[in-house]
Amino acid sequence: MGDMKLTRDPYNLVVTGVGGQGTVLASRFIGETLSAQGFHLVIGDTFGAAQRGGSVMSHLRISREEGWSPLMGKGQADMVVSFEPIEALRVLSDYGNPRTKVLSNTRPLYPSSVMAGQARYPSRQEIKKYIGEISAIAKFFDATGEAMKLGSPVFANTLMIGALSGMNVLPIDSDVFRQVLSGKMSEQKVELNMTAFEIGAALVAD
Amino acid sequence: MFSLLTGKSGERRLMMGNEAIVRGALEAGVQVVSGYPGTPASEIIHDLAQTSKDREMYVEWSTNEKVALEVAAAGSFAGLRALCAMKQVGINVASDFLLHLAESGTRGGCVLVSCDDPGAIASDNEMDPRYYAKFIEIPLLEPGSFQELKEITKWAFELSEEIRNVVLLRSVSRLSHASADIVLGDIPEAGLRPHFKCDGAFIDPMAGAVTTYPVVYKHQLQQGKMKQAAEIFENSPFNTYVGPVQPELLIITSSACNLYAREAVRMLNLQQSVGILKMATVWPLPNCLIEKHLRTTEQVLIIEEGLPFMEENIKVVAMNLVHDIGVKKIMGRHDGTFPAVDGQNPDLIAKAMAKIFDLLYQPVAEDYVALSTQIATENAPVRELGLCPGCPHRASFFSLNRVLKQDNREGFVCGDIGCYTLGALPAGFNAVKTAHSMGSGTGLASGFGSLKKFGLKQPVVSVCGDSTFFHTVMPALVNAVHQDSDMTLVVLDNSGTAMTGFQPHPGIAMDAQGNPAPKLDIPIICEAIGAKVSICDTFDMETTQRTLQAQLDDPVGVKVVVLRQPCVMSPEKKGKKLYEITIDEEICRGENCGCNRFCTRVFKCPGLVWDGEKKMTGINEALCNGCGVCASVCPSGAIQRKEVA
Repeated sequence: MGDMKLTRDPYNLVVTGVGGQGTVLASRFIGETLSAQGFHLVIGDTFGAAQRGGSVMSHLRISREEGWSPLMGKGQADMVVSFEPIEALRVLSDYGNPRTKVLSNTRPLYPSSVMAGQARYPSRQEIKKYIGEISAIAKFFDATGEAMKLGSPVFANTLMIGALSGMNVLPIDSDVFRQVLSGKMSEQKVELNMTAFEIGAALVAD
Repeated sequence: MFSLLTGKSGERRLMMGNEAIVRGALEAGVQVVSGYPGTPASEIIHDLAQTSKDREMYVEWSTNEKVALEVAAAGSFAGLRALCAMKQVGINVASDFLLHLAESGTRGGCVLVSCDDPGAIASDNEMDPRYYAKFIEIPLLEPGSFQELKEITKWAFELSEEIRNVVLLRSVSRLSHASADIVLGDIPEAGLRPHFKCDGAFIDPMAGAVTTYPVVYKHQLQQGKMKQAAEIFENSPFNTYVGPVQPELLIITSSACNLYAREAVRMLNLQQSVGILKMATVWPLPNCLIEKHLRTTEQVLIIEEGLPFMEENIKVVAMNLVHDIGVKKIMGRHDGTFPAVDGQNPDLIAKAMAKIFDLLYQPVAEDYVALSTQIATENAPVRELGLCPGCPHRASFFSLNRVLKQDNREGFVCGDIGCYTLGALPAGFNAVKTAHSMGSGTGLASGFGSLKKFGLKQPVVSVCGDSTFFHTVMPALVNAVHQDSDMTLVVLDNSGTAMTGFQPHPGIAMDAQGNPAPKLDIPIICEAIGAKVSICDTFDMETTQRTLQAQLDDPVGVKVVVLRQPCVMSPEKKGKKLYEITIDEEICRGENCGCNRFCTRVFKCPGLVWDGEKKMTGINEALCNGCGVCASVCPSGAIQRKEVA
């Protein structure tokens, strides 16, 4: 819980998914939490035509120093958090390296070419295998499914953030996270989201 | 209280680049704000409009960027600080007035913010507006960090008042849309009273008329202001240098490239050999400062977003000094060190420096790159650009495409700017055959429609959105009527400026603050202009197609068809389904239908899925917005729609 060291400085986190899943919001929540804990943050979002079901990616540079680039160099990702499985593959091919750790939602969002029956979407087993081949550690869970159990797909965001904290790669303090949420939503919603956070953290614990 | 108004001086807060610009403007006491939606600028006006609910400020979404700049200038002439924001191409629309404004001069600080999109992540063009500063002769500032987005915006108003001219401030997507923690300053008390003092002597800059006359005299004054700015820039704390006293390589950079360059230097561990001069006052160049740094090295690498603007200007300075300081090797875009097009990034810079220093730059082992690339290419299908489920444009382009094909005279559609620009792609059935700038579709159609007089036989159609109609389509429509052109304008009225985030426009009964505002009626305006006008609900495909065909059958004059249906993102519609859609599994025969999987393969609404197991079409409940259009499209009636109560 909030030991203030970074395993690498800057720590390079990529949060990725499909436009509309809430990856930009999740990046802001993670960023505000770490910023409140005294780290300097730069978050570079790519959201061009994202609303129309396109790929989105946020580069989070977490550091004791200021002024890192909003775009990290190729192959520089320490951690990839993916809200959609094939987006993890895409990000790893540009920003991954053998040390990269991955946390991914398993629920697919099919591109239009797949839904039209014109392209093939890999199976869950294939995805896990491929991600495993190009990462150091990979954790998977059905964040969308777990979110539905809590009542709404929007809880996938805090489930994923909780899981990220559970991987202990970043000192994400759950009390600080709770404070960040309290500034943005009702107490009732904060409680629901903190429950999601804790479930997420537990789901990736070894 | 709006969040960007809160917070004490010294407080650190994570905010988006555009929010930093807003905060800077607030800390400068801005009182008049205008602009037109355009990515990546839109948040600036949106946030200032929210702020104006809690603070005495005037904020508007103007009809177009030319009017926006005129509105901001009025604020300046009345003694208030004014800001006008737009994306890079908005400067083109505002440019004629900008030229004259720069020659007449300003009073209250007047700052024009251009948010550019290098690499065209969300644009249909790549343009570097910095050259405007050079030939219109106004100062150009480029913040090179997130803190500077705030500090330089704030300072720009002071500079503008010092030289009494408009200042161009340039940001880019990767600053405007990125976030970082920045330190806040104080926001002053609101509210000077506006007054346009103009009863003084004609050429009195603060009390006379504000004009460009006498022209040569005013032009001379303007150039004097530029000299004054250059002197101020020689000592600006915003131009920074980091690195050894005599670097083996001097980088001169600006904007987001400052951050990429710092990253690249660190990646290659070249801090002892490479110095970075970050220029924030990019035009006019402070020549003495540039000379001072040119003297310290033999090699210079210029890193900037867009065209080689700074590179060319620095080469002029270097050439003028050549007898004194010798020949310097200046690298950048002109010599091929960097590509001539597309955005900058840390890897391009690292590769360039690796070549200069004869180092190996290989951030990741080759076998990892090969394996990960292969895996991604084979297993991660690309997400194509498409229209939302329930988008009225899908229905409109389907109808237009069908009618033009059945008409069989090679009719075509001239496109314009908005979500409906996607009409040029498969998502819009490739119906759109030309796409350029705002309002240009109807101008082109006016031209094509006049070619009928000497033999063009193809039916001519243009499309535009409801916001685009007011922006620049109206003059083109007037032209078409007056020139007796034969064409049909289809106005795709989805009740808002959708592509940029659903801002209001003059056709919407709401202003930037969300308060009620007078609404202009597009069909009535078109009738007044002299066009023959029809109105249809685009989801009623049958009536729409009959109406469109009737316009094509009428060979003479200007016809307007207004296709109405709110955007899925519209507050009117959000969340409400018109129909429940189901597939009748008795009727849908999948591959055996003979329709060639028309609905999923051609119509391609994301709400429709090809069910590989059942071997027929299915509905994606999570995505379907219940518009019911697919039911009209299925040739065998397998798609059922039931009205939602």
